[in-house]
Amino acid sequence: MSDFWILLTGSLVAACCGIVGVFLVLRKMAMIGDAISHSVMPGIVIAFLMSGSRDSLLMMFAALVFGVFTTFLIGMFERGGIQSDASIGVVFTALFAIGVILVSLFARQVHLDQDAILYGEIAFVHWNLWEIGGVSMGPKAVWLLGFTLFVIVAVIGLLYKQFKLCSFDPALAAAIGIPVAFFHYLLMGLVSMATVSSFESVGAILVVGMLIVPASTAYLLTDRLGMMIVLSVAVGIASTFLGYGASVWLDASIAGCMVCAAGVLFIIAFLFSPKHGLVSRKLRQRSLAAAANG
Amino acid sequence: MLNFMAMLADPNMQWIFFGCLLLGLSSGVIGSFSYLRKQSLVGDTLAHAALPGICIAFMLTGVKSIGIFLIGAGIAGVIATFGIGYITRHSRLKQDAALGIVLSVFFGLGIVLLTFIQHGDYGNQSGLDKFLFGQAAAMVGSDVVTMSVICLSLVTICTLFFKQFKLISFDPGFAKGIGYPVALLEQLLMLLIVVAVVVGIQAVGVVLIAALLITPAVSARYWTNRLGVMVALSGLFGALSGALGTWVSSSVTNLPTGPVTVLAATLFFFVSVLFGPQRGLIAKRLVRLRVKKSFLLEKELRAEPMKGETAL
Repeated sequence: MSDFWILLTGSLVAACCGIVGVFLVLRKMAMIGDAISHSVMPGIVIAFLMSGSRDSLLMMFAALVFGVFTTFLIGMFERGGIQSDASIGVVFTALFAIGVILVSLFARQVHLDQDAILYGEIAFVHWNLWEIGGVSMGPKAVWLLGFTLFVIVAVIGLLYKQFKLCSFDPALAAAIGIPVAFFHYLLMGLVSMATVSSFESVGAILVVGMLIVPASTAYLLTDRLGMMIVLSVAVGIASTFLGYGASVWLDASIAGCMVCAAGVLFIIAFLFSPKHGLVSRKLRQRSLAAAANG
Repeated sequence: MLNFMAMLADPNMQWIFFGCLLLGLSSGVIGSFSYLRKQSLVGDTLAHAALPGICIAFMLTGVKSIGIFLIGAGIAGVIATFGIGYITRHSRLKQDAALGIVLSVFFGLGIVLLTFIQHGDYGNQSGLDKFLFGQAAAMVGSDVVTMSVICLSLVTICTLFFKQFKLISFDPGFAKGIGYPVALLEQLLMLLIVVAVVVGIQAVGVVLIAALLITPAVSARYWTNRLGVMVALSGLFGALSGALGTWVSSSVTNLPTGPVTVLAATLFFFVSVLFGPQRGLIAKRLVRLRVKKSFLLEKELRAEPMKGETAL
């Protein structure tokens, strides 16, 4: 039974991160995903200190606030004339430092250490159950991730056209009256939600892997946005299963193995993608050269 | 202040204090070049990518020493740099995605190796994970000596190659044109970043060492347009942050050094954002006020004779 719950949790993480990751990669904001996954930490800690429990909607809300706040700060410094990568670096390290200090000053005795936030522990998912009137409803993490996935699918499904236009041609989107800045912050809100609901199971840094690596793999495989989202989720789920298999076999960290599996799938796509792969492009060049010579 | 003197009286703390000061100095100096080359986040990626290198070095030797970790992390860092370059050159992914991929996959691999170490019988493994979050007070004398020597040599190399680094930061095309080995110099700069990152990990931690490379350089940029001044200022900000971080974290129990150092650097950043002479918020506001005033004055002066004309 625990296998089932771990795989389900992993797949839900992959689905949430895979969908929003596509937009991050397309808008060249992959490192903002990295920044948000670190800078929600003070939000998580503050919510934890206020509510005293690790699984509350308050935590989700606080993380959301900090995620959007991070993007706001990054945008502000960028407009002030700092290069975008440097402003990302300044903002997320400062917020993460605040988070670590809060943990080490106030939350040391309770079970919220940096290791839990950074690495996560998906193997414990099925011990933390949600009960209503004594009836077990399954792990809490699954419900949280399911809710997040529902929100992400609903928002992106309803506003698909707008998100698409904002990713590919923000200037045109602004010209025809789509509030580009609003969609930017909406997307960042979704990224923060995906991050905070996943951090417990895969850990803050490996969320980055789930956000960026499957989406980049999908980007190498297709030129269509809808297909890219489907592929990104599929690659994410495939790496969950492969990673879990590998971790059982090797007796190693589950989340780490999942990200490594995603990395292996990325390398395969990088080499053998039919259109953009390294090997297939070489072969095409060779056959073209042969055709030109012959 | 008394506290400060007490800390300096402890010989071990003295060493750690000067080690962190030097670490801040050297990463500030190197960070200004990577900031100008628009590669600030490369430091972050290399810090994460160092983890598998450190783990493998520990698994092979079974010794926790900064020198051996440096070799392992250096090799991992070079592979990571190569990977980032290869992905951006040979696919349609941009640098940000390449950085993210290398960062997360290497770190994932590192965590897998870390669990191997924890499950395997490597007797001396305790504290390897603490090592990654940075606790300067846990460093032993020989580590601090190694760190100080390496930091000093980093600063020396930057001083020696100042002219070359200046040119490849601002105009790599011209540097190539007059016959500098640009690719080699770029690799050297990257290697310096790797070394600075690895040396700093033990004191500041994997996640936050990037801040020491980025934040002082950005702050220094607010004060000057001259590279020499910027590098010196950035080193100064870094050194002050390192010193403040060690001092505060040693005087409060349970406070890790890394985050305090980073917050000190952020404090300098905010001061620079506010008070920077040309780019600072206050300076900009003053300029706007002055322009507005002179504009209004001019309008008034021009309006005067016109009133006179209509009167005639």
